[in-house]
Amino acid sequence: MTTAKTRRRVRGDGVDLAVYEQGDRSRPTVLLVHGYPDTHAVWDEVADRLAVRYHVVRYDVRGAGASSRPFGRRRYTFDYLMADMRAVLDATAPERKVHLVGHDWGSIQSWEAVCTMPDRFASFTSISGPCLDHVAHWTRARLARPTPRNLRLAAGQALRSWYIYFFQTPVLPELLWRAGMTRPFSRALELGEGVRMRDGHPARTMPRDGASGVGLYRANMAQRLRKPRDRRTDVPTQVVVPTRDLFVSPHLVGGLADRVPHLSLRPIAAGHWVPRSHPDVVARWITEHITGVQGGPLTAAESRALRRARADRDRRPFEGSLVVVTGAGSGIGRATALAFAERGAEVVAADIDAATARRTAELAGLVGPAAHPFQVDVSDLSAMEDFAKSVMHEHGVPDVVVNNAGIGMAGSFLDHSVDDWRAVLDVNLWGVVHGSRLFAAQMVERGEGGHIVNTASAAAYTPSRTLPAYATSKAAVLMLSECLRAELKGKGIGVSAVCPGIVDTNITRTSRFVGVGAEREASGRERAARAYARRGFGPERVAEQIVAAVRRDRALVPVTAEARFGYLASRLSPGLMRLLARIDLR
Amino acid sequence: MASVTSPAPLTGVRDGRLINIVSNKEALTHAVRPAELERFRDMQRLCYRCAEEVAATLEPGVTEREACRRMRRWLRANGVDDWLHTPFAWFGDRSAFRGFKIPTQFLPSGTRLEEGMPYILDMAPVRRGYCADIGYGGVLGENRIWERLDADLAAYRTLILGLVRERRPFAEIYAEVDALIERQGYENRHRKYPGRVIGHQVGVIGGILPKGVGFPFGVRFLQTLGRELVKERVAGRSPLWNGAAASRHPPTPGLWAVEPHLGFRGVGVKFEEILVVTEDDAYWLDDDLPHVHRWARREASA
Repeated sequence: MTTAKTRRRVRGDGVDLAVYEQGDRSRPTVLLVHGYPDTHAVWDEVADRLAVRYHVVRYDVRGAGASSRPFGRRRYTFDYLMADMRAVLDATAPERKVHLVGHDWGSIQSWEAVCTMPDRFASFTSISGPCLDHVAHWTRARLARPTPRNLRLAAGQALRSWYIYFFQTPVLPELLWRAGMTRPFSRALELGEGVRMRDGHPARTMPRDGASGVGLYRANMAQRLRKPRDRRTDVPTQVVVPTRDLFVSPHLVGGLADRVPHLSLRPIAAGHWVPRSHPDVVARWITEHITGVQGGPLTAAESRALRRARADRDRRPFEGSLVVVTGAGSGIGRATALAFAERGAEVVAADIDAATARRTAELAGLVGPAAHPFQVDVSDLSAMEDFAKSVMHEHGVPDVVVNNAGIGMAGSFLDHSVDDWRAVLDVNLWGVVHGSRLFAAQMVERGEGGHIVNTASAAAYTPSRTLPAYATSKAAVLMLSECLRAELKGKGIGVSAVCPGIVDTNITRTSRFVGVGAEREASGRERAARAYARRGFGPERVAEQIVAAVRRDRALVPVTAEARFGYLASRLSPGLMRLLARIDLR
Repeated sequence: MASVTSPAPLTGVRDGRLINIVSNKEALTHAVRPAELERFRDMQRLCYRCAEEVAATLEPGVTEREACRRMRRWLRANGVDDWLHTPFAWFGDRSAFRGFKIPTQFLPSGTRLEEGMPYILDMAPVRRGYCADIGYGGVLGENRIWERLDADLAAYRTLILGLVRERRPFAEIYAEVDALIERQGYENRHRKYPGRVIGHQVGVIGGILPKGVGFPFGVRFLQTLGRELVKERVAGRSPLWNGAAASRHPPTPGLWAVEPHLGFRGVGVKFEEILVVTEDDAYWLDDDLPHVHRWARREASA
């Protein structure tokens, strides 16, 4: 999908700039500004993707790549950088507003551009490069109120800035770059961020680029941090926030909304060179942002993504998120669907019983955005595949999936028939396997992270002679969740196992009591229902914990006091648990 | 209207005009005659008129206490001389009894009404021995959740009446109501009432204790109720209708104030009106009530 790239030279302020263009010139212009110590080539993947829809302009900033290298740190101040950018804009997109995208130092100077010449830009996407003035204000605000958290955050950024201090020392940085830093740099990039070396990045000119570009730090950093200006912009801005950035703390966006009224935040579990590691996501976000600003046509998923990114003060925490809940027709599932809807999420309420799913969707629509019911048997693989597909096609990739559907079964092991076992495992375990597998695949494919919650049970770690099949299935769910969590961590997808305990839901009335007649089964259900009702722990409180688990990415959540006690006891004294397991609860 | 006079003699049946003979000895459970029913119906209509008129005066900023004061004044001005309980008003999420742990939380508070807030007015006055006990729900302005809840509340009036007519035990009816609440995805809020009651028996209130005394329950009502609790217990019944074992008996003939109360996300709705139970039938004392008309209008416009 590579489109032809033309190169020309543009005269900047005392330098010749190498400018590269791609795509149809009649389309809206996107200007990509690279960082340090890169060249325009760092954008190759992103530019190729954007060139299909936009006129993409890139240039090597002064001192880098094929542009000329002024001598002396004075030649790298913001004034010169802005003059260069103006020259490039005048040459490639005269008399029209462009969509600006900056990475690293490219983003830092782009902040200066959108704050000082906002009339030239229709939108701005900042990646891993903060506004220096904002950083100064942010640091002062942290130190002015030195709570432990504020000090930690400030220290976090101070540590990430180690190289900036080093760059202030004379000569030494240049010598190091010249001595051949390219190879270790490439190794570090591959090891640290999983970004492989390719033609153009790191550039062949890196020793020179690295040495000249030190001027950027010497000319601007100390000046701005010492005397920050009041920088604000009305340009619609989205900030891509890599949460594993080794150089820019994700917390730096704090308070940014006060200075940038049209602000969107796009967190992503990635390192500093996110345009290299996640070009699809970056190109998609740039496109969505531009389309949103232009008021162009958006799919349901795209407009939801934009709403999710908005940094409004009164924004509900799950605004613009898509949440899928199975077993949403009753109990914990319904309460969870409502809890997410109440926080702004668009809910897909799935249940084996279509009527109850519809009802949940209706209620969710009362407290939040319109919700969607779906009838599905989680134990049926092909039904689940259809479900996952139609969720993706109709609504997009979910941000949160709650695999909650489950059934209860009580009785002695010898009374459980093979079919009983199958019934429990099909729903409680296979349902979770299907849901996790299908939706995790979608989340990984999309590359924007997500969260999977699996409803296990306190029975997962509390052995009992009364619940052999049920407890086994839930223990499997717990282990599955732990394994999945380990695997998906790197993809920015969290996995939580929720272990509710005794919660007053209709599971008691639908549970099977094996090995007894219909009459004793009915009385057993009644007794269990009464006992659970007496415990008086409602599903709403579990739902609150599920929401909290997603927000804080908790691995294991024992909910009720007995679930917490059981968890503790199972770790401190398994012998005690074995003793308790011998009590017949029927 | 069909005659509701019970063929079998029940306790406390007397001939003659009851208004002059209300006394401590008057039982809650007794056969009621058309003329008496008329008086209960008048009383209930009076209450609903009061509720509608007071509700019309509710504006943003009014406190629950102020609303209750208005109800009390209105009722006093219209001849009310005693209370089963003094009027209650619950605004906002208090209409769903959110966070109610102790009984004093039912009492009118300083909570102020705001635009979009649901409210419930609940009053149970007595006039010359005849009482009513009503619940009136509304919302100030627009509230989607309240609209939905209120529309769904209509089903309970039909459900309860149908089950009482089938003479299903009270406890079972209570469970059926709970099942419907669960299907609808709401919360049972009447279980927060003292005794977790969905209804209680009412009748002619008398006695030697002073009138108009009680906070919030009238002493005469408490006296009558206490006596009935004992007396009905002997007969294996209860004047309180809840889901417990004491309510595992077919509907007791008499007058029952029925008050299903639903809650959802900080919005509560209820209705309360008198159900007439006879030996073999049951009917609502009055169908000419604001909520019945509102539901019919909504049904027609849907």
